[in-house]
Amino acid sequence: MILRGRKIKGGKAEGEALVSKEPISFYGGVDPNTGTVVEKGHSLEGKSVAGKILVFPQGKGSTVGSYAIYRLKKSGKAPKAIINKECETIVAVGAIISEIPCIDHVKIEKIKSGAKIRVDTEKGVVEF
Amino acid sequence: MELTEEEREMLSGKLGNAVKESMEILNALGEIYGAKRMIDAASVQIAGVSYHNLGDAGLEYLAELAKDGRVKVLTTLNPAGMDLKEWEKLGIPADFAEKQMKVIEAFRKMGVTVTCTCTPYLVGNLPRYGQDIAWSESSAVCYANSVIGAKTNREGGPSSIASALTGKTPEYGMHLEENRQAQVLVKVKAKIDSVPKFGALGKVLGERIKNRIPYIEGIDSASLEQLKSLCASIATFGGTALFHLKGITPNKTKVPEETIEVSEAEIQEAIEKLSDASEIDFVGVGCPHASLEELRGIAELLRGKKVSKDFWICTARKTKELADKKGYAKTIEESGAKIACDTCMAVAPIKDRYKGMVTDSAKACYYAAGHNNFKTRIRPMEECVREALK
Repeated sequence: MILRGRKIKGGKAEGEALVSKEPISFYGGVDPNTGTVVEKGHSLEGKSVAGKILVFPQGKGSTVGSYAIYRLKKSGKAPKAIINKECETIVAVGAIISEIPCIDHVKIEKIKSGAKIRVDTEKGVVEF
Repeated sequence: MELTEEEREMLSGKLGNAVKESMEILNALGEIYGAKRMIDAASVQIAGVSYHNLGDAGLEYLAELAKDGRVKVLTTLNPAGMDLKEWEKLGIPADFAEKQMKVIEAFRKMGVTVTCTCTPYLVGNLPRYGQDIAWSESSAVCYANSVIGAKTNREGGPSSIASALTGKTPEYGMHLEENRQAQVLVKVKAKIDSVPKFGALGKVLGERIKNRIPYIEGIDSASLEQLKSLCASIATFGGTALFHLKGITPNKTKVPEETIEVSEAEIQEAIEKLSDASEIDFVGVGCPHASLEELRGIAELLRGKKVSKDFWICTARKTKELADKKGYAKTIEESGAKIACDTCMAVAPIKDRYKGMVTDSAKACYYAAGHNNFKTRIRPMEECVREALK
């Protein structure tokens, strides 16, 4: 299947999808050293975003979250790419400063966790 | 987004990496929020300064930007995690201080004026009515939009830095007149006449109207101190960047049809909810940073007395210098109270240090509970000082 979207940060990536139906808070919600989601009660609690194609509706929480994404990248625990329904400031800025390919306006409900995904955000294409 | 030749050049990387990355951020935000073009930002206020919140990643990012990034417009800074000079007196660990100074150095290298205050409008970053600016720090954003009538979105740390390094901001949201009109009429049926009550009103409104813009009726007068308290609280508990206060704030707006009322009982309930502490071992005021007038009032109440509890009065270093000239600072310090410059209770690394804090600020209560694990009590300044003297 091919889904289309809007480029936030250009780049290509290939990997396994990790899908959250809920927004993600990167400041306080994800351990910056391990990439593990630590927010209590979150549907991804205990799972790691490291090396995944991370699919979620949008970011939430503190704007410091952008730096938290950068920190994940620096510790080698960042997702390979980010796919959003509606990107907002925190994730957009985080993806840009961390050079993580990021795309939004994608019908994310079509994507299932575990799917093998290819993204080319420059072309605005998600394939799986 | 239609970029000008100059802006495209910034994006190309010809003008350096920091400018490129900054324009990339602004361009993406412009696309996301439907801006058609960039506009000039007359000044910038940067939040995200405390090492406590930034961590090593934030520090690393700032150091990277500082390699070739230089500010193009007047740019001031939010509070840091400590008093930059007298951090030891506040019990800040040396390793934290070292990291915090590296953060400050990165900003200084970029050409940022290291004011370290959430009240930039009191220390020389004062935009005029109608001017477009790019500020972060939600209380200052609300004050600039509402009380001064300048125009800014609620920027985050990195997007405000991006504006500082390019002098640009994407034109959407609060920069457009049609988005600055009131959306709900608020009839205040309570007597709002003290800093805690303005804070309580902000909490009630923030929670009830979220990020919609209110037109508030029923308040006859408001001091600068009361307004900064309302701005801090309404932005903390809700998310609005702008309010209209009939007869007091300068922006023009249509009066909306949809009406809500705020009762005395609601204000009292908000005050009670912010007051869950049974035991007080800390007094913290100056959220947002205390004005010269507040320092005068505190000095009068403390003159010739000794405090028995830790008492922080947070303020801008510039404001303290004025208080030095007037002798207020000496009077306050002789009582044993601490004037904490450059920092505040919300961003200093003081989690779990105290059990219960009394303050006159609703915003301070929010952060004390969420970040620092303190119980809180909200009272007028006179009572806060009395508690410190007990």
